Amino acid sequence: MAKKDASPRWDRRMQQRLARGEAAALGELYDRFASLVHGLAHRVLEDERAADGITREVFAHVWEHPDSYDPKQGPLRTWVATLTHRLAVQRLRATETAALARGGPGTTEELESKVRHAAVAARADYIVQSMPTPLRAALELAYFQRRDYRQTAADLGVTEDEARRRLRLGLQLLSTAHDTAAPGAPPGYGGAA
Amino acid sequence: MSGGGPFEAYDGPSGDDQGEEAKNGLGSPRDGDGDRTHPAPAPAPGEPPRIPLPRASVEDGELPLPDLAGLAPPHLEHRVLKSLLGAWALAACSAEETAAVEEHLGTCGSCADEARRLREAVGLLQRPESLDLDPGLRTRVLDGCLDRRPPRIPVPDWATPYDAETARLDALLQDFGDAEWHAPVRLRWFRGEGPTSRRTTVAGVIAHLLAVDGLVALALGLDDPLAGAKPAGTPAERTEAFWEASHFPPTRSVRAPWREQTHALVRTVSFTGGASRADEAPGTLPVSYGDFELPLRDALVDRAFECWVHAEDIAEAVDYPYAAPAPRHLHGMIDLAARMLPGALAERRRAGLASPAATRHLVTAGQPGRSLRLEIEGRGGGDWLIPLDAPGAVGSADHQVAHIALDDVEFCRLAAGHVSPEEAAAGQVGDREAIRDVLFAAASLSRM
Repeated sequence: MAKKDASPRWDRRMQQRLARGEAAALGELYDRFASLVHGLAHRVLEDERAADGITREVFAHVWEHPDSYDPKQGPLRTWVATLTHRLAVQRLRATETAALARGGPGTTEELESKVRHAAVAARADYIVQSMPTPLRAALELAYFQRRDYRQTAADLGVTEDEARRRLRLGLQLLSTAHDTAAPGAPPGYGGAA
Repeated sequence: MSGGGPFEAYDGPSGDDQGEEAKNGLGSPRDGDGDRTHPAPAPAPGEPPRIPLPRASVEDGELPLPDLAGLAPPHLEHRVLKSLLGAWALAACSAEETAAVEEHLGTCGSCADEARRLREAVGLLQRPESLDLDPGLRTRVLDGCLDRRPPRIPVPDWATPYDAETARLDALLQDFGDAEWHAPVRLRWFRGEGPTSRRTTVAGVIAHLLAVDGLVALALGLDDPLAGAKPAGTPAERTEAFWEASHFPPTRSVRAPWREQTHALVRTVSFTGGASRADEAPGTLPVSYGDFELPLRDALVDRAFECWVHAEDIAEAVDYPYAAPAPRHLHGMIDLAARMLPGALAERRRAGLASPAATRHLVTAGQPGRSLRLEIEGRGGGDWLIPLDAPGAVGSADHQVAHIALDDVEFCRLAAGHVSPEEAAAGQVGDREAIRDVLFAAASLSRM
């Protein structure tokens, strides 16, 4: 499952290697983040080829502009997720706007609502992937495996109090996916990490 | 409460069969979901879908509400009720608790606000989408990047098959659970006159790759994953030593060191170029396999080949499909095998396993000699002339005595010892003995 790439040292080192033009570093970067990038892009765009395209753009951007990442601002993983989100939402808006301009069905309001909905869904995915494992495991049991909180507690080997706490906290984190952004900076990337 | 959203309720009429469902194989996301490449079949009419839909709370569905008249909600304090909000939003508390929470929500504004937010959050929970990335995407993405900004420190051409194959295998392992890691695998290869095999598990195969890739690490001066064992050894010796050194059978924990080593090898050869001396061609550094040596550039192609072959073993064990390498990588692997064939022939001849060299055409090194034309079909294929009588002789069309035609992947299965020389689907024309010897020599290239 999604591994936490929380080592600031790895992030700094990766940036130096990319800046130095080391192709092997690009491969390692891809190996670590491709499924995150592709998954988020796919959640927004709901199209395999469009998600492939965003994946290409994201890695090309990081490879061409490694200095645009500042390790002091936070983990590389968060930065990559934010970049992916921005490019994917841009792409969605552009394709939907073009379809509308060609006389496709729908209104501008519907378009905005679709874009907003896709953005929230992608943030929610990222929040779930990045939340602490104990919270994710509790949600997984209670929601996908339909265990009640007492069974969840037993499965996790924790008290019922703790199971309730984890379910509530997990949902609280998830609900931040709805928070609207300051322009240009999608929220939800980082808060949950 | 608004809540649940436009989902159809899945709860069975009894509404109390959650425990049963969990036991019935919804235990892990994959069980319930089919696997990545074999989606669960559509349920037969009348049966519930195998993937449960998100639950709506019972009051949103059309099912009769539980009779709560007889249940006086227990009196719970605000603190307890608040702590139940997450479980309540997920419909994961008892009927009594649900009733108590809902009664409380009518009178407590802050809890009602939170309850609404948490219910909305439940609507955002989605199964992760297929984690399967198109394996070809990696090459396309990296090539696209490198076109836009040429690397100052490229990965050498001869290391790219290894880079690509290790990435493909790692992607296959990505979301293996314990069941997959411990699935039995039979390693098969060919020795002497016939096939042989060794039982292990998926984790054992990764341990095997880690141990044998360690030969390359050792040649490059990196840490040997077999700390404390004798340094070189044959691939089989190293693997057995590695398996024996741990008290427990290998587990998924072997993945990280294997992957770190593969990355370290690619990183290191990118920097050093792997020449044995500064004035020599890149990739010439000798890598010892115990009883023979390969130059680094060939050793990495060999390791890429082994990685693919064992990835197929693993994929077969867990019933996933696994594609062949990219054609240009496949071509490099076949080329290496074709170049190793004359040596393998000579070795089998010394061991009395192949027919003696034809005396009428005694050849010296560098001279053209009796040859077999190996025609490999498919996108990774090509044409090779295999000198039959001496490893140092040069293949020659003028001295061609036989011709074999095989599909690229079939030839690789033969060279991996997964298809026997007798059964390999090969078109054959010419000297039958030469053909037999070459097919057996190809199979004998395989090892554990």
